[in-house]
Amino acid sequence: MNRTLDQLRIMFGGEPRKPPPEALSPGAKHLYATKKLTKKDFLILQEKERAQVAQQKWKKRRWAVLITVNLLFVLSYQLDVQLVEGSLSGSRFLGFHLIDLNAALQLMLAHKHVIVNLLIGTATIGAVWLVLGGRSFCSWVCPYHLLAEWAEALHVKLAEKKLVKDHPLHRGLRTVLWVVFALLAYGTGYTVYEAVSPTGIVSRALIYGPGVALLWIVALLAFEVLYSRRAWCRYLCPVGLTYGLVGTFSPVRVHYDLAKCAHEGECRKVCLVPHVLDHIFKGRATNEHLDVGPDCTRCGKCVDVCPGGALSFTVKGLSRSPKPLVIPPPPQPPQVTP
Amino acid sequence: MSDAPKPPALSEARRQEERRKVLHAAAVGCGVIGLSLLGLAPVALRKSARLRPPGALDEHDFLSSCIKCGQCVQVCPVEALKPADLFDGFGVGVPYLEPRKQACDFSCDVGQCILACPTGALTYHRSADFPVQAGQELAIKPTLRAKRGEPDATLNVEARMGVARLRDPQACWSVRGKPVQGPTRSKAFKGKLRYPEVDRWKPQPVREHVYDVPRCDLCVRECPVDGAISIDDVNGVPTPVVHDPCVGCGVCEMVCPAEPAAIVVDAQVPWRGEGQS
Repeated sequence: MNRTLDQLRIMFGGEPRKPPPEALSPGAKHLYATKKLTKKDFLILQEKERAQVAQQKWKKRRWAVLITVNLLFVLSYQLDVQLVEGSLSGSRFLGFHLIDLNAALQLMLAHKHVIVNLLIGTATIGAVWLVLGGRSFCSWVCPYHLLAEWAEALHVKLAEKKLVKDHPLHRGLRTVLWVVFALLAYGTGYTVYEAVSPTGIVSRALIYGPGVALLWIVALLAFEVLYSRRAWCRYLCPVGLTYGLVGTFSPVRVHYDLAKCAHEGECRKVCLVPHVLDHIFKGRATNEHLDVGPDCTRCGKCVDVCPGGALSFTVKGLSRSPKPLVIPPPPQPPQVTP
Repeated sequence: MSDAPKPPALSEARRQEERRKVLHAAAVGCGVIGLSLLGLAPVALRKSARLRPPGALDEHDFLSSCIKCGQCVQVCPVEALKPADLFDGFGVGVPYLEPRKQACDFSCDVGQCILACPTGALTYHRSADFPVQAGQELAIKPTLRAKRGEPDATLNVEARMGVARLRDPQACWSVRGKPVQGPTRSKAFKGKLRYPEVDRWKPQPVREHVYDVPRCDLCVRECPVDGAISIDDVNGVPTPVVHDPCVGCGVCEMVCPAEPAAIVVDAQVPWRGEGQS
């Protein structure tokens, strides 16, 4: 529970803290004390990682899902199949109402009036993402996420050539924006956030055709390429925080196995939200097995790059629970005969 | 206290980095909030109101209750509804009609858009919280011409979308005594209309419908609602006159042969009695 609260604090913008040595479990202590990585081991790991990065198993799956979901919306309308009618903010899947949680929140605050269909749609989507991992909406469904991923790749390439430099922002900004947009919706009676929401704008542009609103998307992507890596998804998007809250108690997690971790830090380099992987630093993991916190978008990039297999997807209650670590008894001090 | 070992202080560089992050975040945050609030300008400054789908709540309530999903857009059989672009500010993604391009001809019979709306932004029955404005209520439920004589011939909406108005009597072909021979709109026109005498269920392209009318009366001829408009004798001239059942669907504006249309729909205005203009 303490860890859950701490992970929520971090999601709201707090910095991860180094746990005091006494907070570490005996298993974690033992692993930190005994784990040794020779240079040869490290080279083997590097080779393995290169092979895995080339494979990109989870990225391929995720892109396939994201593109399929958005394509279903587009084709349902363009070919009149009526499988999923509507757009990401609100839709009907085979006639059943689905309403985006953040859009519903804005609407309820602005309109102050909730009808049954809206409630059904919101509760359904809430339940779906509670099961599927909350922010997994971001990386597996949100069409802006995919555009931003391409912009990020470009940013990283340009940064390697020293043409651009990343300017991180304080992560508390997203929490502030979430509150401000909630207050604005309530105060003005307009769904103010929807005017800038890239999720809604890109989804509608795909389904109903492009418009001037895409200029805002281009501006955002340019800002992310030239100035601040993944700025919208990392520091700004209130939708991400809404889904993050839903995913706090989700069974779908990225699981961390300290015993297999080489602490070389490749996962944090590819991660959209590296603060959730703070425990990969030596001495930071309080337990030999940990679930990554709610701000994680379950995109699987870290799983793709981890050479030791320390990071993996897990579904609590379905996956086999990790074997408890057997700590060998400490070596007996040599008997000194008087 | 002073002799206790101090916790390792943040280095000066680190502290500066933190300060920079906060300042940049504040600047970017203000930028995003400022940009989003620009969305108020089109809503507040718009001179002519948007024509909203049938059953829409009053404009402010409509903008706040619409979830911008476009399900209404998808179900409309004549594709009359369009989600608004960013120029509409807070109204981005909210559906509207441009009746001259494509009017709402009620060829779905019931208001499919109203049935599709998941949030109650389009509704048959206004709750007590959202009463119909004076002048926008329809005294009697409009009867659809195509369903005349059927048991459920009325359209179940309580408020009008707007009111048709003869904008320019001098341009009106009825007033000028002009006939309509051939199609009323150009070959490039993409709009569709249900002609019940041609096909009760399938709207036809307006550009393909050939008229042979000695004196234009298309606004009356094609109006989907019973008794909403008629050609009356005004000072000895046969002139289109709009009556109380007018819903504001815009079919008269779409089929008007004059260019620009002599009759137009004023969106979201109350009924002010016949002969208004």
